[in-house]
Parts: sequence; C-alpha cells; structure tokens
Amino acid sequence: MTAPDRYQWRRDKDGLGVWEHRGKVAVAGVGHSPVDRRWDEVSMDKTLGAYSILACQKAMDDAGVTPDQIDGVICCDSHIAGGSGGSASQWAPRPYFAPPYDSEWGLTLVNAEWLIAQMRLPNVKFAPTGVPTISEMVGMAAQAVGDGLCHTCLVIYPTGNLEGRYRRGGENADDYARGARQWTAPWGNHGGNDFINIFPHGQYCLKYGGKHDDLAPFVVNQHRNGLLTPWGYNATHKVPQLTIEDYVNSRYILNPLRLWDCDRPVNASAAYLFTTAERARDMRQPPVYVLNHSQHNFRKRTTQEDLDEIEDWTDRAAGRMYEGAGLGPSDVDVFNPYDGYAPMAQFFLEAFQWHGVKRGDAFAFYAGDIRVEGPHPFCSSGGNLGNGRTRTAMYTDSIEQLRGTAGARQVRVRAETALAAFTTPSSGGWIMFGKSPS
Amino acid sequence: MPKLIPVPDSLSKPFWDAVNQRQLVLQHCAACDRLQYPPQQACQICNSAAGLTWKEVAGRGHIATYIVIEDGRLNRRMPDQPYNLAMVTLDADPRVNFYSNLPGTPPYKVPVGAAVGVTFEEVAPGQLIHEWRVVA
Repeated sequence: MTAPDRYQWRRDKDGLGVWEHRGKVAVAGVGHSPVDRRWDEVSMDKTLGAYSILACQKAMDDAGVTPDQIDGVICCDSHIAGGSGGSASQWAPRPYFAPPYDSEWGLTLVNAEWLIAQMRLPNVKFAPTGVPTISEMVGMAAQAVGDGLCHTCLVIYPTGNLEGRYRRGGENADDYARGARQWTAPWGNHGGNDFINIFPHGQYCLKYGGKHDDLAPFVVNQHRNGLLTPWGYNATHKVPQLTIEDYVNSRYILNPLRLWDCDRPVNASAAYLFTTAERARDMRQPPVYVLNHSQHNFRKRTTQEDLDEIEDWTDRAAGRMYEGAGLGPSDVDVFNPYDGYAPMAQFFLEAFQWHGVKRGDAFAFYAGDIRVEGPHPFCSSGGNLGNGRTRTAMYTDSIEQLRGTAGARQVRVRAETALAAFTTPSSGGWIMFGKSPS
Repeated sequence: MPKLIPVPDSLSKPFWDAVNQRQLVLQHCAACDRLQYPPQQACQICNSAAGLTWKEVAGRGHIATYIVIEDGRLNRRMPDQPYNLAMVTLDADPRVNFYSNLPGTPPYKVPVGAAVGVTFEEVAPGQLIHEWRVVA
C-alpha cells in the first residue's frame, strides 16, 4: 500500500503546457471535523485521530461512497508544529491511552496506515508515505487519479495543537543554532512563514507606498468571512467580529506584524474525496472538476528572501497555473490564496492579477469592497485568519462556491472557476477548480 | 545579548573560522564571478562546486528594511525583546544579504537606507558572529 517508487506527480516546472488530465478528475466530497483550539487531553472522541476519521466519514457521506470503494489514501503524516513544536506538538513522555491511542499515532500524528486500519478500508492500493502538506496533497491526489493509480482517493489534512505555547520547544528552546539555522537563529529569526514575508512586505511598503496597517480591511474581512463559515473556529466559538480599531490597537509580534496578522493554531482535521470525473457524475454532489494543479519550490539566493525574489516567484507560480489550466486572470471567479500571515496575500493577489490588481495595487484594493456580497469577493473562505490554522478553508470554500452551497458566503459574482492554495511565495502549490470540465 | 551559538559544520567551518579571526569571507564562484552566502555545496547559478573559493569581502553594507522582534519564539532571545532585526545588503553585491540586530541602534530607531559596517561579537567563548553597526 504505497506509491510507486519515485512517482513523478509534481507539476513544478515552467512551460509544462495544459495539464493532461484537465477536467478528468473531480472533487466529490468534503468533510470537516470540529475545530478546537487544542485537544483537551481527556476527550478521546476529540483526538486528532478521531477528528480525522470523522472528517473522512463526512467526506465519504458527502460523496455517497462506501469504505470498500476507497482505493487511495493521502494523509499528511507530519504534525503541524514541526521540529520546534515542543509540548504543543507531542504527547510523549506522558503515559498513553488504550488502543488505538497507545502511541503518538492518533493523538498528535495521523498517517494513512493508521487511518486505513481504524476505518477498515479493505481496498486501498495507493497510500504514499512522507506526504507533504495540503497544497501538494491535493495535487498529488489529482495526478494519481488522473494517472489511474487509484480512482477514489481520500485526502486528509490533520492540524494538531496541544496545551503549551505553539512552537516554543524543540529547536526553538535550544541554545545552539545548527544546520541552516546557524545563518538565521543567532539574530532572532526562528524560521517560518512570518519571516519569509515580513521583510519583503517592508520593502513593498517602501517601494509602492502605504503602511502596514493598510492590511486592516483585509484582515477584518477575513474574520467576517470566517464568521460566515459554519465549521470554522471563529463561527463555532462565537469569536466577536474583529474591527479596524481592534486591529490597529493589537500588540505586535514581529513589529510591524501584529497579533491579528497571524492565524490561530487549532486542533482539527479535514478530508476531501478525489475521483474520476466520470465516477463523480454518479455521486451525490455535483462534481467540482480539477482544471490544473501546480507546485513550486524556489530557492532563495541568500539569507533573506527579498521583494524582487518574492515577486518573481509568485509571477512564475501564476504563469504555471494559468498555463496548465488554459485560463487567464479574467477567467478566475473565486480566489482563495493562503493568508496564514496577512502580509503575504498581497503578493499572490498581484501576481495572479485577480480582478486586474497589479503590482503595488493591493492596499487600494483592500480599501474597496472585498465583501462576499460585493464585486470583488477576495478570499471568500476567510482563510486561516478567519477560521483558524486548518489550512483547508481555501479549498472547502472554493468547492462550495462552485457547488453553490457556500451559504452566507456565496459570492454574488459568477462562480464557475476557483483558485485555492496553501503556499508561501517560495514553496507550496495551487489548484484550479472548475464547475465544468472544460 | 544571549544570542544563539552557531554550530559550524564541514561546509561552514571556513566561514566561522574566518569570523573568529574577525574577517568576513564569502564563497566566490570563479565561473560566474558572484559571491554566495550562506555557503552551499555548489554555485547556485552554474552548479559548479570546483569553481567555489573563499574570498574576503569588505564589510560594508546598507540597511534595506527591518522589523522589531517583540514576541519571538527563541527562548534564548526572550530577555532581549524588543530588539531590532535588520536585513542588511552587502555593498560588494547587494544580492547578498545578512541579518543584524544593529548593536548600538535602539529598538525602533533604525535608519533604513543607512550605511553599516561589519563588526564581530562573541556569543560563546571563542565563537564570534558577524554583526553590523551603523556608521556615522
């Protein structure tokens, strides 16, 4: 139950042309667990494993498929807090529980093997290990279904969070800076998407004019969209609507990066069911077709990515996606880039030129009408800022918008294509969905 | 400032040895005539490993932009908060940049665009790191 050796599924080069499986793969099911701030360390029905099983069941129910029909499982097997997680990311060395929670698996880690066993999926033939993050997982699933390695594939993205300050342990508690960190950590860069983007963001403000707090309307709107997302953290925990005043008075993390520029780590899981377009047409929901997937992993030339690199990389990512989908900026109706830190969304918005936004235009765009009811419903998902760090809201919203089931978030403009991503400017991937296969 | 202590490896040892001698040396690709920092196994442009040598460079640069770390994640740096973290470009090749806490410059009082010069700071007995100080 593994992937073929050296399976080349990525579309991570310039000039690959239109995707060979364009419109032949579809998403037929979506499932979300509840989104908790942390696992409470008591409720065994709220572990990361239990939530992943629940998300899978919901996705299968959504599509109307049974366990015996599942022949592919792609599950991210790394916990989200990574090597710097400390107590927030690992249960050990505390005593474990009765099976199936007698190890980290199911508590802070979930993988395909554990899920297949717990869910009793008898016919899985594609279950790769070492799977990357959600942005690449959806691309891998689309390619695997298109290539015929499986035909009904669950994609599961668990995001764990235990008690303790997020990413305050591990290498961040070390007095020494080893490996790549010898070039960054002595001066205070703990590593992460916040650092990737905050310096280019400073250069952006200098180059194009504007100030950091021009992000406020965007962040406030993300929270608004989050409150319109029934499964998200903000909506289910009745988080009050963020205001401009809240934002500009919030404390700094990496000044000028504010608290509300950061997403809230959560304990949750989401699942998506990918299948062939042909099979999807016989399933419960209208198919949402995959028109392209693309990835990128650009290498910075020196210590810190600068604005020139960020703009070049995002331009290239946009070019790859548009070329592979056979579409251009004016064809994209719903646009859900990653927003895990607020100052990165502008780079994507301008690179993809969504609604005609060009370099340096983002802050003026944010100051306009970006509500879902308006003419420019940017990030209709509410993203991670509005829903918690699930990293999946962008995908679910895109699918729901094309199905016409986004409820209060349903955009009033045309919704026939949607772009979604969990990606930094340097690494990650994009996926283009279509209401129709062509 | 209790900064984290870099742990040299086989690739970075020549760099840190030079820093401990208060010298700034960077990799230089003879084929591309370009400087490279941090060090890598091969030239990032032409992928040549054979053409890479260590070259001393003048420790002069400029401040491109900066942030102030108020709530970072590094335990060892917590007592220093808030502190500046600047992105400094090297005059010899502005495509090369460094981090700096700008010793001598108070937090939030960073003169973006100002010239800086390299300096060296001991973070553990016998281990220096390169830092940058605003020049008058």
